[in-house]
Formats: sequence, structure tokens, C-alpha cells
Amino acid sequence: MAILTAKELTVGYDKQPVLKNINFQINSGDYFCIVGENGSGKTTLMKTILGLLPPIEGSIEVGQGLMKNQIGYLPQQSDVQRDFPATVYEIVLSGCQNSLKGFFYSRAQKKLALENIEKMGISHLKNKCYRQLSGGQQQRVLLARALCATTKVLLLDEPVAGLDPNVTKEMYDLIGQLNSQGLTVIMISHDIENVKKYATVIFDVNKLDVIKTSSESDTSKEVGAC
Amino acid sequence: MLDKLYLYMTFPYVRYALIVGTLIALCSSLLGVILVLKRFSYIGDGLSHVAFGALAIATVLNSTNRMIIILPITVLTAILILKSGNNSKVKGDAAIAMISVGALAFGYLLMNLFPTSGNVSGDVCSTLFGSTSLLTLTSSEVWVSGVLSILVVVAFIFLYNRIFAVTFDEDFSRAVGTKVGIYNLLIATITAVIIVLAMNLVGSLLISALIIFPALSAMSILKSFKAVTIFSAIISVTCALFGFLISILEGTPVGSTIVAVDAVMFMICYLVGKIKG
Repeated sequence: MAILTAKELTVGYDKQPVLKNINFQINSGDYFCIVGENGSGKTTLMKTILGLLPPIEGSIEVGQGLMKNQIGYLPQQSDVQRDFPATVYEIVLSGCQNSLKGFFYSRAQKKLALENIEKMGISHLKNKCYRQLSGGQQQRVLLARALCATTKVLLLDEPVAGLDPNVTKEMYDLIGQLNSQGLTVIMISHDIENVKKYATVIFDVNKLDVIKTSSESDTSKEVGAC
Repeated sequence: MLDKLYLYMTFPYVRYALIVGTLIALCSSLLGVILVLKRFSYIGDGLSHVAFGALAIATVLNSTNRMIIILPITVLTAILILKSGNNSKVKGDAAIAMISVGALAFGYLLMNLFPTSGNVSGDVCSTLFGSTSLLTLTSSEVWVSGVLSILVVVAFIFLYNRIFAVTFDEDFSRAVGTKVGIYNLLIATITAVIIVLAMNLVGSLLISALIIFPALSAMSILKSFKAVTIFSAIISVTCALFGFLISILEGTPVGSTIVAVDAVMFMICYLVGKIKG
């Protein structure tokens, strides 16, 4: 079942196309990976999928009544966040903003935030300041926040950028776990080698085509496990 | 010393000044946290110059309630600056520098061409740096300032969670469907309102200090957003009251005294932060 379909899509900034004629379909439960070189337009494509940029041509169709408040997003970190005075709990709780009714977070939302903090294995950092955490810990915080915003689709923009190999593997394992629990994962990466082990579908923006589909995934997953 | 203080407190305009000054200090510190974190500090600076230009217009027109002219002009400029900042083709900082120095020159020119009192340079000086002794407000200005600053505080409390979300990560908020544009607009409007209010207290050149210092002081020692917000408000109000007292007792200009106290506070907090690590 398609939850997201790109048809003849052209994306870019200020009417300047960066990528043209994109076609793909993302199904529920997929681990869909968009790969390409740095500067090839992956983030532009992701922003268009998220609705942060309007498509220049073509369309993105959303199926199965996927609402804005069922999407979780892990953006690349900005300078603003690097020295932001906020605790892990405050940041994760802000993931509930798309279900915020009225002005203040409900007890259920606070509980959800705590659960997701635990799920990401960062309970001991709950009251720590975000800017004092390591890169891998910060990514876990942002992932926990994304989980507060979604139960269906998770979009990740270069989730392992700047992380060392061990932490990178942990991060991929964590994302893989979430996917196996039923979450559809859409990820951007330039790290094709690693992504091949985990993703069920890989879309290459340079070739504008799917270079791997679910049918192959089982064998390559076994290879990855070896 | 206490006698002198007591004597001053019997004058209604001193009490007004104290109340309004405290409220303004409270508002500007709350807003300061957001502006500093959003990297919007320069907007406050630019707007204060625009407010000076608007004040010159109001003075020349001899308007009875100057806020009626200053407030809309400043709010409008705030919105324009915000919009231009979103447009990647226009360089946001250059646009603001242009608007702010333009307004400054225009304001000074107006005040010289159409002098309303014999002492133009005195007028200009007190608009830029605040009144030389205590601020003198008309009772309608006190009411407007009071009501507006209470509105700002209430808005901040009720929208706290959303303001935090939008400040920490605009892209995430937009991606999950929060209407970021509205909150940015609100922040710009509130900034403009506070700058107009604070102009009475510290003068248009010193407003940025009132906005930035308490926030930076709190940020250098505290680690959670809530604590930073609350502590910044406490610092700002305390420094404002302290500055007032010194200004009354020593007869120093109120605006620069408050800012000087804020600056000393910042240095203390910065050192404490460094020592704590």
C-alpha cells in the first residue's frame, strides 16, 4: 500500500530545479533510503516531501490519509541547536507539539515523552543539557523527539553524519528496530555501503531510479549480518 | 538615604515610572531569550532606530499620544524585516542596517527642521539615551505601557510550549504541521511593542541591552530553557529596580544606570558560568 507517491516531480529552490523527473513510491513499512552525493539535492527532495518547499512541477501524493501530525522528522542539526540551553526532556516533549491541544502538554504527552526517552536508552540524560551531549546522544534525543510526533512515518536527514563508526552502527540498529516495529522509515544518506545492509528500497538521485527493492533485501540483510 | 527614597516615592510619577519600568524589564527579558536564541538580536537593534524615527515624526506632528504613531510604524517595520529575512535573495542584515541608519538620520533631520522646543540636542539625547533623570510619563502612557506589557507576559506564558518548539527547531515544527509563520509574526510584533515601550525607559539606543543582557546572563549559567527564561526575568527585574534606586539616590540618568547594572550582572554570571564549567 503506497503511503507516498512522487509523480514526475521536480524539486528546487526559487523555481531553480535541482532534481527533475523523480518517480517513486513508498509503501507502508518500507525502509526507504534516498542516496546520492553531497550537494545532489537529497535534502531539497526531503524538504519537498515534508512540505517545507513547494514542488516546482509534478506532485507528491499522500495515501491512506497520512496527516501532518503523523510524521516525525529528524533534521540535520543547525548552529542554533548546538548551543541551545534546553534539557533533553524539554526537547523530546516538544515533539508532541503536533498533538498539542490548548496551551499546555497533557499528562499523557509527558508520559509519551518519557517512554520515548527510555526507548532511545537515554533516561539517565533526561535532565542533562542538550549542548553538553555527544553527537550520538544528541541524535538519540532528536530521534526520541521525532517518535513523539509520529506513529507511522519517520523521515531522517543524514542521521549518522559526523558520528564515529561504532555510534553509526548503533544508530542504524536503532532505526532498523523502529522499522521492524512497523514504522515506515524514509532516510537520506550518502553512505551507500552501510545503507545497503539495512534499507529495503534504495532510491539513487543521480540515476533517478530505484537501485534496490524489497525482494533483494532478504539476501543482502543476511550478507550484512555476516 | 531611606528618607530621600521615601520622599521620592510620594510623587506619583516616580511610582508610575517604577511600575512601568519593572514591567518593561520583565517583558524585554522574556523576549530576549527568544531573540538571542533565534539569532534575531539585530532585529531589536534595527527596530529601535526605526522607533526613534517614528518618535521624531510624532514629536513634529505634536501628537498628544505619541504611541498611536510610533507603535504601528514599528510593528509594520518588524513584519517587513521578518519577511525580508525569509527571502534568501535580500541580505537580511544589510536590509536592516539600511533601514535603521536611514530612520536615525531621518529622525534627527526632522527634529532639527521642525524643532518643538528650544533645546533640540537635549531632546535628541533624551530620546536616544533615555531621560536624564527620571522618566516622565503621562498617565495615558502609563496605562498603555502597563496593559501592553501585561498582555505580552500573558501571551508568553500561554504560548510558552509553542514558542520553545519554534525557537529550537523551525524546520521540525513546520514539518509536523505547526504554523511557524504565525508565531514568527507574533514574535516580531511583540518585539516591536516592547521596543516602543522600552524607549521611554532607556532610550532607543540602549534598548538592545535590556533585551540581550539578561538573556545572555541566564544562558551562561543555566542549562534548561525554563530555568533560563525564569532566571532571565528575575535578573532583569532586579537590575531594573536596582538601577532605579541608584538613579534616584545618585541622580544618574535612569536608562544608562539600568544598563550598567545589567552589564555588571552579565559579567558576574559569565564568570560564575566559567568557574562552574
